Amino acid sequence: MAEMKTAAYICSGCGLGDKLDVPQLAKIAQKEGKMALVREHDFLCNAEGVQMIRDDIEKEAVTHICIAACSRRAKTEAFNFPTVAMTRANLREGVIWVVSEGGDHDEVRQEMADDYVRMGCAELKKAKMPEGNPNHTHLKNLMVVGGGISGMTAAFEAAETGYEVILVEKQAQLGGWADKLWKRVPFKAPYAEPQDTGVAELAAKVSSHPLIKVYLNTTVAETSGAPGRFAIKLAQESGAITEVSAGAIVQATGFTTYDINKLPELGGGLENVVDHAGLEVLAKAANGGAIKRADGREIKSVVFLQCAGQRDDTGRHLPYCSGHCCATSIKQAMYFKDANPEVNTVVVYDDLRVPGMGEDFYRSAQHKGVIFAKGNASKVETAGNGCRVNYRDLILDADSILEADLVVLATGQVPSSGVNVVEWDKLTKEADGGSVEAKQQKSELKNISILNLTYRQGPDVPKLKYGFADSHFICFPYETQRTGIYTAGPVRRPMDILQATEDATGAALKAIQAAENASLGRAAHPRAGDLSYPIVRLEGCTQCKRCTVECPFGAIDEDEKRFPVFNEQRCRRCGTCMGACPVRVISFENYSVDTVGNQIKSIEIPDEFSEKPRILVLACENDAYPALDMAGLSRIVYSAFVRIIPVRCLGSVNTIWITDALNSGYDGVMMMGCKKGDEYQCHFVKGSELAGYRMSKIGDTLTGMGLEPERVSTFEVAITDNAKVAGFINDYVAQLVEMGPSPMKGFN
Amino acid sequence: MTASIATSQTILVVGGGISGMTAALEAAECGKQVILVERNATLGGRTALLYRYFPKMCHPTCGMEINLRRIKANRNVRVMTMTEVLDVKGLRGDYTVKLKLSPRYVNSNCTACGECAKAVDAEIDNPYEYNLAKTRAAYLPHNMAYPMHYVLDPSIIGTQDADKAKAACKYDAIELDMQEEVVEIKAGAIVWATGWKPYDAAKIQPYGYDRFANVITSVEFERLANPHGPTGGKLLRPSDGKEAKNIAFIQCAGSRDENHLRHCSRICCMASLKQTHYVREAYGDSAKSTIYYIDIRVIDRLEDFYLQVQQDPTVGFIKSKVAKIVEDKESNLVLHGVDTEGYHRYATTHDLVVLAVGMEPETNGIKLPDDILLDSSGFIEGSNLPAGIEGIYGAGAASSPLDVNRSVQSATAAALRAIQVVHKTSTVEGVR
Repeated sequence: MAEMKTAAYICSGCGLGDKLDVPQLAKIAQKEGKMALVREHDFLCNAEGVQMIRDDIEKEAVTHICIAACSRRAKTEAFNFPTVAMTRANLREGVIWVVSEGGDHDEVRQEMADDYVRMGCAELKKAKMPEGNPNHTHLKNLMVVGGGISGMTAAFEAAETGYEVILVEKQAQLGGWADKLWKRVPFKAPYAEPQDTGVAELAAKVSSHPLIKVYLNTTVAETSGAPGRFAIKLAQESGAITEVSAGAIVQATGFTTYDINKLPELGGGLENVVDHAGLEVLAKAANGGAIKRADGREIKSVVFLQCAGQRDDTGRHLPYCSGHCCATSIKQAMYFKDANPEVNTVVVYDDLRVPGMGEDFYRSAQHKGVIFAKGNASKVETAGNGCRVNYRDLILDADSILEADLVVLATGQVPSSGVNVVEWDKLTKEADGGSVEAKQQKSELKNISILNLTYRQGPDVPKLKYGFADSHFICFPYETQRTGIYTAGPVRRPMDILQATEDATGAALKAIQAAENASLGRAAHPRAGDLSYPIVRLEGCTQCKRCTVECPFGAIDEDEKRFPVFNEQRCRRCGTCMGACPVRVISFENYSVDTVGNQIKSIEIPDEFSEKPRILVLACENDAYPALDMAGLSRIVYSAFVRIIPVRCLGSVNTIWITDALNSGYDGVMMMGCKKGDEYQCHFVKGSELAGYRMSKIGDTLTGMGLEPERVSTFEVAITDNAKVAGFINDYVAQLVEMGPSPMKGFN
Repeated sequence: MTASIATSQTILVVGGGISGMTAALEAAECGKQVILVERNATLGGRTALLYRYFPKMCHPTCGMEINLRRIKANRNVRVMTMTEVLDVKGLRGDYTVKLKLSPRYVNSNCTACGECAKAVDAEIDNPYEYNLAKTRAAYLPHNMAYPMHYVLDPSIIGTQDADKAKAACKYDAIELDMQEEVVEIKAGAIVWATGWKPYDAAKIQPYGYDRFANVITSVEFERLANPHGPTGGKLLRPSDGKEAKNIAFIQCAGSRDENHLRHCSRICCMASLKQTHYVREAYGDSAKSTIYYIDIRVIDRLEDFYLQVQQDPTVGFIKSKVAKIVEDKESNLVLHGVDTEGYHRYATTHDLVVLAVGMEPETNGIKLPDDILLDSSGFIEGSNLPAGIEGIYGAGAASSPLDVNRSVQSATAAALRAIQVVHKTSTVEGVR
């Protein structure tokens, strides 16, 4: 590797030159920052400025550059030098746009800029250009688990893109739930009639595709490894184990229907009460003719009860809506009407939910004479040769009765998502503590596992609400907590066939992308393309297990001696492990305890008589830092006593930074992260939560240093909080001024 | 702008909202070359103008920050703003696309320092505020704009204001002689992600959107709630600037109506439920929201959001399609109709009415390639060409009335279909 040569470039454009003493900044970069080369420019981001930097990289062999100009979020197209390590000192959004002018302000503003230049240089000296994880493999094929519509679609679409696929189905044939349907809800104009399911055609295409290998009667006995190198043991019905490998995984394990027997009040268990699945059986048997009951009697009247055991607020049944059931009941009512328009079909519903073009399907049913009654059924009982439905008619606001040959309960989808890893984690702790019972429970849980991951954090993909293995993020529906494993179809969220098809196609892309990225040693979303990766100095490790427990993505396993085993391809580069490590042996090439620690230590701390407190701000780079930037863009003024450092996630904050800062005489530390709790907004899952937890533990350390616990404070900052964040800063500075200077000042 | 970089291996994504950004990024992060064209001066589309998302009540700009960082870090995506598609010729694997580039009058030297805006006197209606506010005619669309470059409104070109803006710029960023350009590019596959627009509420005559100042649309209400919006986040009535504390939300404003939009727009129920949170956020218990609805369509696991709002004592629900709105002397609005639960007539007064306007596909009124197949509402249903030879794919709200989450899912799927085309093309050409 080339010898390190540093350079700092100080811009005087955008008013920087008018408001700051740029030659002084240059002097600081040279003398204190020890930059080998320092240049000033009056418009650094223009073609000439950029060319100057390029020339230095080429002709002067500069390997490390510090750009002291605008925010790292600005002018990224201009300051794009992929071959060197780079830091940015934020003098524009971070200083001149946010600090008042005139009087004393000029002095503190200059001090702020001076410090940011010191920090940029200090960070640079510890940073390396990330070169990508060397431990990558090149498997690019996919394993798809589940051979229903979702799984077949994912497999087919991936194969059509040119990727090999292993498709695993536990049943003896492909098709899943959709194969049991007589027809499906229409997905094309004019959205008026039920359509063929297309399952047989898709299954045929999948089975004959040269790039797809189908394993029937097969389950996944074990999955180990990481994206680009998953090693999988497939268990066949015969007991034989086949070992395969894959670059990434799509889990499309679908759903089961809610057990109708749990709904005795709605007639679940009665002879002439069926669920959607039961009606499909009858419709298939009728084959387009008159639909008959199990007892052979032709059905002349049928009542559909929507939301059966769903949207339940009593805690006894499913609390959610399954999304597809209104259209499914409409479709099934049409089965009757299409065979014989004289059949009386009534759908009892609370809210009829047919979004989008489903509205046309609803209209079509009304034209066919299907009756829709807004009401809530309370009881279904046997009456004569059929059933009696007691319900509250919400339009007439009166109790009513319907009699029918058959009642169909629109029950919901229950995801087949395997083991709840939160429960697993609890059992692991108990088992580690010696509980035999917990050990037993763990091995029972393994039986319901789908992927049987060998991950330390449990055998399946973490579930979100109601057991669905979904993403927590609205903008990123495929952001699962296990890198390279994507869920698709109703295991991810209740959904209909149309949505499942789209979902599976998207999941196939994400899996392909994960395998491609792993083969290049790059990170997956949300730090897509990041070439840095966690590097651990195992010789310093004390086997405390904090990193293995706290990693939000289950990337770190443990070996038999309880040392952490990093699976870099599973890592999302949040740095939570780095923040967790008490002995500081984990780092990234361009983000480490040193790159941040060196910045903290580089600034000049005024003495205790100066009345110039110094506050360190560690700001989440995704929300708090942009909010601070946008405060600048809106010229919202805040105190010049803060020194802000963006962090990948508050979870990556190592407490050594806090104690170092306080030891070197900072008066306070503000930590700004995303919202935590159930509706957390952290894209690394629990960064803010962990930071809050860790900070609650350093109170004693602070007291031991003779410091008030208020000198370290955490704040929830959303990206839109640009005015609010300035308020947080100003209030906190006022609070610290009130408190008086840190007693640690002057000890250094 | 040269066309030379694009080849039949390039994927063209039309529309730079959340769907288009997603399709472009997902393809690019699979290693594909992408050109992302956007008609407006910035990426972000309509989601960037929303205050919060349902059901997490988080901010769209958070995801946008991540997506912009992905774009900044990815050399496979080329973004062209102020660019419209004029014409598409050719077939799968070999499209020739004519693009019209409108002048921004500001080049990439722009540092977003803001001096030009200070120099200009003229003001225009701010399209990024749904025209609820004015902005200087030299402006940055919004704080999250990408590219982070100012724009000069064409109305000031040739006036003194334009000269003043140019004089104020120290960086030679303003080019007043910038001209409209038409360029041709090659592309192997196209993702059409042009999104949606709010249905023209004035067409719903009985609701008086065009006559009554205090009847506004749901997208406008998003701007009112936004601390960076025209009212600084205060829920103020347009007529007199008073705080609105008795707000009616009218569902299916245009949707589920064969005289207007025949489809259900899917998002509006959740949007109105979400907006009742804005009312609560602003006033706590001292204001009231009333939702007039036909069916509350909160699909799948969003149900708990509905339950939570139902438990809010300040929110009422009336099952009714509002028949008409009458304005009283104080510019309050009297809603007339029949509550179908029990069939009671009502005439209820509110101080602000928010119409949950339907989603109309933006495809209406744009010249589309011939092989795109639209459904009866104008959403992209697929291709007129037989499967296997099509190469243009709809994504997001251009293909169906979808919320953000489903739009992203749809865009990711469309990206894979586009990749399939360029993969196959390259295999045939022996490039791969």
